[in-house]
Amino acid sequence: MPAKNILKSGADIVVDILLEEGVTIAWGITGGAILPVYDALYKKRDKIRLIDTKHEQGAIHMAEGFAKSTGQVGVCIVTSGPGATNIVTGLADAYMDSVPIVAITGQVATSLIGTDAFQEADVVGITRSCTKHNFLIHNLAELPQIMRDAFFIARTGRPGPVLIDLPKDIAVSSADLSIPKKPSIELSRFVPEIDSNKIKVVADLIQKSKKPVIYAGGGIIHANAASELKEFVKKTNIPITLTLMGLGSFPGSDKQFIDMLGMHGSYRANMAVMECDLLIAIGSRFDDRVTGKLSEFSPQSKKVHIDVDPTSIGKNVPVDVSILGNLKTILKRLTQLSHYQEYKEWYQQLNEWNAKHPFGFDQKPNQKILPQFAISEIFRITKGQAFITTEVGQHQMWAAQFYKFDYPRHWITSGGLGTMGFGFPAAVGVQFAHPHANVIDIAGDGSFQMTLQELAVVREYKLPVKIVILNNRFMGMVKQWQDLHFEKRYASTSIPAQPDFVKLAEAYGIQGYRASTPSEATRILEKTLNRSEACLIDIIVDENEHVYPMVPAGKSVRDIVLSKQENISSTHGVYKRRKK
Amino acid sequence: MRHTISVLVQNHPGVLSRVTNLFSARGYNIDSLVVGTTENEKFSRMTIVVDGDDRIIDQVEKQLKKLIEVKTVVDLSKEDFISRDLALIKIKAEKSNRNEVMDIIQAFNAKIVDVGLKSFVIEVTGKESKINAMIELLKSFGILELVRTGEVAIARGKRFYENVAPTKIKVQLASEDQINL
Ligand SMILES: Cc1ncc(C[n+]2csc(CCOP(=O)(O)OP(=O)(O)O)c2C)c(N)n1
Repeated sequence: MPAKNILKSGADIVVDILLEEGVTIAWGITGGAILPVYDALYKKRDKIRLIDTKHEQGAIHMAEGFAKSTGQVGVCIVTSGPGATNIVTGLADAYMDSVPIVAITGQVATSLIGTDAFQEADVVGITRSCTKHNFLIHNLAELPQIMRDAFFIARTGRPGPVLIDLPKDIAVSSADLSIPKKPSIELSRFVPEIDSNKIKVVADLIQKSKKPVIYAGGGIIHANAASELKEFVKKTNIPITLTLMGLGSFPGSDKQFIDMLGMHGSYRANMAVMECDLLIAIGSRFDDRVTGKLSEFSPQSKKVHIDVDPTSIGKNVPVDVSILGNLKTILKRLTQLSHYQEYKEWYQQLNEWNAKHPFGFDQKPNQKILPQFAISEIFRITKGQAFITTEVGQHQMWAAQFYKFDYPRHWITSGGLGTMGFGFPAAVGVQFAHPHANVIDIAGDGSFQMTLQELAVVREYKLPVKIVILNNRFMGMVKQWQDLHFEKRYASTSIPAQPDFVKLAEAYGIQGYRASTPSEATRILEKTLNRSEACLIDIIVDENEHVYPMVPAGKSVRDIVLSKQENISSTHGVYKRRKK
Repeated sequence: MRHTISVLVQNHPGVLSRVTNLFSARGYNIDSLVVGTTENEKFSRMTIVVDGDDRIIDQVEKQLKKLIEVKTVVDLSKEDFISRDLALIKIKAEKSNRNEVMDIIQAFNAKIVDVGLKSFVIEVTGKESKINAMIELLKSFGILELVRTGEVAIARGKRFYENVAPTKIKVQLASEDQINL
């Protein structure tokens, strides 16, 4: 609490509360309406680092990368009008993937709101449907409580982005305000009370099941419940599949893990969900990329759904039992009530499916580099210890398939919104949070060009971020759909005028490398990935590779496509790698 | 099935658009939405009539509860409740048919609130079905204009919120110069 009779400006109050909330770093770009806040931050620059990005989208994705890799709230501070509209994509991304973000936007003075003033935009209106909550500050008196509430809302229950729109006159007005210590919102609003009876019901269902599967998602990571999940899975011996967002919430190298499910998930995981008699969804949301055709999704199973967000229950798929509440607590209690079973036949079946169609590829030494091979090499060279971010496209799916994550918060990808241009700034944000860790953006050549200007930030802060571009000269994922469904009419998917990525990196003072053969790729990746300085590696890959398996959009697992030739009778290549 | 949902919200600017936004963004259909002050100036009450199957109504309720400014959500259709709609109906009223119109007005317990040379304005309140019935009967005389409030509803014997005391503090406002900087 400030000493009596000391007047503090709105901007100073913002900074005071940022400090109290434990914020040590924020990202943004300055401007007229936010200038007072930047000035107040400058005065506290020994405590909060303010990183000037080159585009506000970069700022918010960095904040997301920071938040996803630490679990802490990521903070992004930008000016009014275009500054604010430039973060809308990031807010929508954070909303879809439940990332705790507090975004502070400058706004024109309250007297000017609604007059089409210079750099005025109805930011609260624009962002209403892509934030967990947003606030326009109407007077200085309400600012401290709203700041507190914003952090509480962002991080509590199912996390999400919260925006505060701060008019300039309020930022420069001052008052002797006491700073509230607590949020004005009750916890129960975000974290429902657990119904113990239902935990017993679920334990009974597990007891009776012969073919159970756990289908866990990003909720495990948000709830920091990975170790509780592991205990539950180990104690019960139930096989587990993870969603794209859940990767790392259970060790990818464990033998109970049956790989990712969904559109580009493994044959084994998708078949398991199809054939199981009990599906236990934990912190996942029955997204359409997972379920495919709803009427044919997991038709024989009893379904259990465990989540913190009541709106997730029964939204897409009706379930038999749901348990709401904190996942950590629920899993602990469920583990206590559950028992080990062998599931011998069930595992036999799962192994058969895997033997039939494992994730695999066939890299020949003298042919074009396969993107799957490049990712397997990254996995091998970093010993599975790196933080991996991705852009959106084929490379993202291959990264999910071929990099095995043993720890939560190491896989940072844009799942819900599928935002191209996310991965690189997100990697920068991760690197700020973990200065000594190995952070790699696995990028597509299309996506990387959306936010590449943040190379300047990498350079300025000497961040050891690695960018590996799987360069297929195409909007590869869309090309794949054209190959499969549009008779190879490549409308707008070829990228004919590409920059020389190596020279581009060098222009920013960053080392650039190019690999055109498999052995070159291996050599360069081995040389660069474990170094503690930034570099960009442009890997020229085969543009005709497809991501398989593929459950076509809106279809069921029965329609799964396994390879270009529909049968996976690939010959033995030197680098042929089979999982497990 | 149609449901009447009563939503108590904080009386903030923008809260109405937050609620309507939710409906449009998620593709739920609003049949009617009425909002007004309550006996406590901090809150407004919305009465929303929504059409949808159980899954949609379940989502509507849960999604509304997720909005920070929403205090309570009650699906009145599951409770004992009273609902009223109000209509103002302007109809043609020539000498020849005035008596007939008067009879209908009486039968429905409505009243005439404005009399013109060739028209009446009729005010009627009641359950939606009653008003629909009256409108049906009046159609043959020629309805010139019609406006309805939509349903307002209240549960019997329930109360939803606690009082919140307003806070008062002195603020030193910014000067023009500071703002224009
Ligand atoms: C901002 C944005 N615009 C458009 C899309 C649609 N889209 C999805 S994947 C893709 C192609 C991505 O190409 P690239 O980054 O080169 O990755 P690749 O699929 O080739 O690995 C496009 C255009 C998107 N996801 N995000």
